Amino acid sequence: MPIKAITKVFKEKTGHNVILAFGSTGKHYAQITHGAPFDIFLAADKERPRLLERSGLIVDNSRFTYARGSLILWAPERSFDSLDAAIRNISSNDFVAIANPKLSPYGLAAKQVLQRMGLWLPLQAKIVRGENIAQAFQFVSTGNANVGFIAGSQLTENLLGQANTFWSLPPSLYSPIDQQAVLLKTSKLRALNVSKEFLAFLKSTEGKEIIQKHGYRFP
Amino acid sequence: MILSDQDFTALFVTLKLASISTIILLILGTPLAWWLARSQWRFKYVVEAIIALPLILPPTVLGFYLLISLGPNGPLGSLLKMLGAAPLPFTFIGLVIGSVFYSMPFVVQPLQTAFSGIGQRPLEVAATLGASRLDRFVTIVLPMARPGFITASVLGFAHTLGEFGVVLMIGGNIPGTTQVVSIAIYDHVEALEYSQAHGLAGTLLILSFTLLMIVYGANRRYAVGHP
Repeated sequence: MPIKAITKVFKEKTGHNVILAFGSTGKHYAQITHGAPFDIFLAADKERPRLLERSGLIVDNSRFTYARGSLILWAPERSFDSLDAAIRNISSNDFVAIANPKLSPYGLAAKQVLQRMGLWLPLQAKIVRGENIAQAFQFVSTGNANVGFIAGSQLTENLLGQANTFWSLPPSLYSPIDQQAVLLKTSKLRALNVSKEFLAFLKSTEGKEIIQKHGYRFP
Repeated sequence: MILSDQDFTALFVTLKLASISTIILLILGTPLAWWLARSQWRFKYVVEAIIALPLILPPTVLGFYLLISLGPNGPLGSLLKMLGAAPLPFTFIGLVIGSVFYSMPFVVQPLQTAFSGIGQRPLEVAATLGASRLDRFVTIVLPMARPGFITASVLGFAHTLGEFGVVLMIGGNIPGTTQVVSIAIYDHVEALEYSQAHGLAGTLLILSFTLLMIVYGANRRYAVGHP
């Protein structure tokens, strides 16, 4: 996970320890609107940060895109030379794992791709929706789904070694998966300064390099 | 409070799942509980511990193991594959199997307590009067263990109604097949559709309360819950 690598480097550089709380964007959003004592919110989309900005819960002008996700088609038990061949081979007997389009921008992107391919409606009964992209990955990795739409950041060293089982989808097929960060107004005193420093580090070349290394792009 | 078609479908799937699971649990749980109540086997406690496991294990852990073992590469999954059956995850039958594991202790334990409470004496007396085994079970055990059966059915049904973690792991959230109410509510909350979440949660609350009230009300002559 890039955030773990980033906080590690940040600690080495500044001596500040960043405490991470993992969870879905929707859940954290609900917690923040009900007064959760977080300093920074790294969302998996831009909608929730925007909503927080509109409700006046974030520090002015603190919202920015820290990473752009990429979508990958993954079919570990098959081998094709091209994305086209892989898509054409999806049959009505396959379970296709995606993240829930209602909850996850990766799910929405997968839905858009399937719609463009004319597969969304025919595959309705076979599309299994994970609560998030991690569960979509899990459905495929346990062999229960034959095909899955996963995130570029989930391609581990091990998977990268298995050529012809995954294909990057052209960004023109889905709307950008922009992930935004915000500084929350609940951040006070010393934490506020460290938070600002941390967000600056995310924007720095060094921070971006780490993010990119984990399979993300930038707008 | 407006429920969408998909919400109604989820409600229907949930009630179907809870009903079928409860029936299967009573069929499997009755002989199992009877054996547990009567058996003198010294390693009986091992079986009791296995049945009680879902009380302790987080449902997501149980669901994850089911996903792995029922999957095409898992032990149960490959066995089914050899027999020519389709894999179970992401199917309604898969959910029923998950629910049976998950709610087993809630059915077996009240039944076991009820059966133990009857004791040997009434059965021995009936036997000396010439009642057959089946006769004894139907005319003595069943009526005497009635509160236990009521508790077992209510708990089994209610526990399946509120099931979340197991379904989350092996369901795949397919509307009309594996999308149950708890998952639909979760989705509404996550998608910030709070009013729809309230509507569905409220419906489930009223439904569960009414159901429990009817059952307990109809059986208030019996000490339900403490057989």
